[in-house]
Amino acid sequence: MPDRLTVELTVNGAPRRVEVAVHHTLLDVLRDQVGLTGTKECCVVGECGACTVIVDGLPVNSCLMLAVEADGHEVRTVEGLARVGQLNELQQAFLDRGATQCGFCIPGQLMAAQALLEKNPDPTVAEIHEALAGNLCRCAGYEQITEAVLTAAEAMRR
Amino acid sequence: MNGGRVGDSPRRVGGHGRVTGAQQYVADIHLPDELHVELVTLDCARARIVSIDASDALAVPGVQLVMTPDDLPEPMPRFGPQFRDRPILAVGETKFHGDPVAAVAAETKDAAEEGARRVRVDYEELPAVFTIGGALAPDAPLVQDPSLRPGDPLAGSNVLREHRYGWGDVDAAEADLVVENSYVFPMVTHFAIEPHAFIAAPDEEGLTIWSSIQHPYWLQRVIAELVELPLARVRVVAPDPGGAFGGKQHAKYEPLVAFMALRAGRPVRLVLSLEQTFQAVRRNSAEIRVRTGFRSDGAVTFREIHADYLLGAYADISDRVVGKGAYPGNGPYRVPASRIVARSILSHTTPSTAFRGFGAPQVNWAVESNLDEGARALGLDGLEIRRRNIAARGDRFLPYDTPADGDWQQTLDRAAELVGWDRPLPDGHGRGIALGIKLGPTTGLSHATVRFLGDGSVLVLAGTSDMGQGARTVFAQVASEELGVPLGRITVVSGDTHIVPYDQQTSASRSSVLMGNAILDACRDLHEQLREMAARADGLDPARVSVERGVARLPDREVPLVEVLKVGLGKLGGELIGNGVVRKEAEPDHPLGGTAAFYELNCTAIEATVDEGTGEVVLVRHATVSDVGKALNPMQVRMQDEGAAIMGLGHTLMEHYIYDENGRLRNLGAIDYRIPTSKDLPLEMVSEIVENEDGPGPYGAKGMSEGALLCVAPAVAAAVQQATGVTIRDLPLTPQRVWEALEERRRSREPEVVS
Repeated sequence: MPDRLTVELTVNGAPRRVEVAVHHTLLDVLRDQVGLTGTKECCVVGECGACTVIVDGLPVNSCLMLAVEADGHEVRTVEGLARVGQLNELQQAFLDRGATQCGFCIPGQLMAAQALLEKNPDPTVAEIHEALAGNLCRCAGYEQITEAVLTAAEAMRR
Repeated sequence: MNGGRVGDSPRRVGGHGRVTGAQQYVADIHLPDELHVELVTLDCARARIVSIDASDALAVPGVQLVMTPDDLPEPMPRFGPQFRDRPILAVGETKFHGDPVAAVAAETKDAAEEGARRVRVDYEELPAVFTIGGALAPDAPLVQDPSLRPGDPLAGSNVLREHRYGWGDVDAAEADLVVENSYVFPMVTHFAIEPHAFIAAPDEEGLTIWSSIQHPYWLQRVIAELVELPLARVRVVAPDPGGAFGGKQHAKYEPLVAFMALRAGRPVRLVLSLEQTFQAVRRNSAEIRVRTGFRSDGAVTFREIHADYLLGAYADISDRVVGKGAYPGNGPYRVPASRIVARSILSHTTPSTAFRGFGAPQVNWAVESNLDEGARALGLDGLEIRRRNIAARGDRFLPYDTPADGDWQQTLDRAAELVGWDRPLPDGHGRGIALGIKLGPTTGLSHATVRFLGDGSVLVLAGTSDMGQGARTVFAQVASEELGVPLGRITVVSGDTHIVPYDQQTSASRSSVLMGNAILDACRDLHEQLREMAARADGLDPARVSVERGVARLPDREVPLVEVLKVGLGKLGGELIGNGVVRKEAEPDHPLGGTAAFYELNCTAIEATVDEGTGEVVLVRHATVSDVGKALNPMQVRMQDEGAAIMGLGHTLMEHYIYDENGRLRNLGAIDYRIPTSKDLPLEMVSEIVENEDGPGPYGAKGMSEGALLCVAPAVAAAVQQATGVTIRDLPLTPQRVWEALEERRRSREPEVVS
């Protein structure tokens, strides 16, 4: 088996061709080769959610996905949420509701919430808690994060 | 809501980068030509290092350097904020599971990891101690070489220090009831979502260190001394930490990367894994014996506290944690006589350090629980006994220290009201209420510079680390209030010791008070300059001009300060520079070396029920009320209070380290060590604040952010007790522990079967 392979994937709408080490994760490649450091690394075992990205519409722990597995897929990261410098509804709601403290888990929280709202535009509090249960926040801004997701859902429906 | 003045809740300074991914934490920073570092550790706690063979590692392509103790100065340089006991690398023997014996620097992370695996360490495992009992046993191996503490009579034991405080005559005090029990607080870890990260880069002048550290200026001093460079040649860049909670206060592996960078002549970076952070920082665990005397009406007549805190292998700041945590151990109450003995005990475990609450949650768990046991024996409820004993404003409840600085009864009553203390309880539910208190900083030194620029915009230079608390937002609000400049024209700069003036540290909830006052002082310096400027422009005696909160008052009109500035600076432009400083001097005669700048006081009230089949504790309602003096930014206060409350549920319900018999940490990492998630929240959380503008900070603010964590555990345990009848004195209240206690209760209720 070769040590390196070329993968073709779409990152935030732009096609990318990257030669990757076969044992490197999507997280490694996004951060170290594509240069998008908004996606964060913490537990590397798929428990903390700091590295959450959206692959083909589904939230994924990018630390658990090999980069080669992303070949041919569409990846979205926190850097892709804002449109021409304009924050999207979720980002805006996270700011307005005070959902960011230290901020380190926030890219992952945003991507998990974005994936939820794309599937379920009007979630209940319980559904939000369930969808974000894999995203740890040690500042424990969970109350504010939940409020922000509710606020964003309302704004998106308008 | 989104105005920028004091008391408003404008959006966080730095918030935009946090929601776009643009915010750079240390691990996001890359330098050209950098090397990656991996640590070499052993799979046991204490071992004698026989030899280290780096030849295989050096043969790995890309490996540039294997640092061993032989590559470091002799004797091995040591550092530590209280005792200089921590070596750059383990020397002679390792002291805990994860103690690095060598470090590899390579061109890639992969090569560094491969190199670290190939360093051959010949070692012999040695007996070690991991518990208080083990560390105190007469034949216990010593954690620390006695030569590190010459002349210290305790150096021949694992007791690092014994702190004794007291007042009144405990032995002569009378009581109708005496309640004595022991309480256990587990080892827990900070689990900041950002693992610690360090970069060191040599340059022609000296050295630059990037670290996710809370105390960049303290680190600058440590590095300067270790590598023998002047302070002006050691630059510490401290980007906002991604969560710190005390775990990033003091130097950890910065000295190692500094020596490696100097040796390699290239930048080196070390980003810890989460597992490595578990082996880098934790909270002191504790066993605390409490003996309280009560009068039949519930008044406390005396209390003895014997608190044994288990430290790790190196002291870091954790002996200070013990002293400062235990000293106010009696809580916010009038206790006429007390004797407090607190011991710092070393062990072969992860070095413990500061952690939100700084030693108070441990003793608070014990003393509040003991108070509830007394109340139950006397037929009083938890609210009544606290009302009976709580200190009133001005009471010298803690002899030798600052008198009670708030209307604490108000906080207690409000929390009781919010949890519905007087409402009937559903079957199987219980309520608990507890008070927590923590001392603010005992010394401090904060400088601030406020630059009023030619176009009326403002640069605030303030060395507080913005680790999630939102310090820069509050500082901008203070400058906005004082100079009359909107937030959109104010930038707060922090995190660079070459640019921003000295600040002692970011800890003890000090920054709004101490740095806030320093910024206020710098603004007043500007006010004075602007007063003269305004007078000069109108040809007036400066005595006829006054300046406050954004305007200059002249005899005939008010002029915004921005206008005064623009006119005054004239054609040449430039800027006005205001400097401020706040010092809180040490008081050598005080038991802690200084009185508390303020108290952080919180009351937590819980309604809970227990699933008798599984032992799971369900929090029905969690009310938390903090006396904050004045909320400079109410939204930030709320997020910190609720966050602290939920963090407190961690050590209360689920978090604890598990060591095996060889001192290996078995639940290393996120899979086996649980912290609260969105699924662990109380069914209802209510937080409120008490604001009487009676704090020493700007506009009457007190420090906050730790309070809501302090007394979560005793409030939950009291609710569980009322719901089930079982008293649990060991944390955490895991389903297993609660279920076992329920089983015990069921067994004891069953009639004995005689066969």
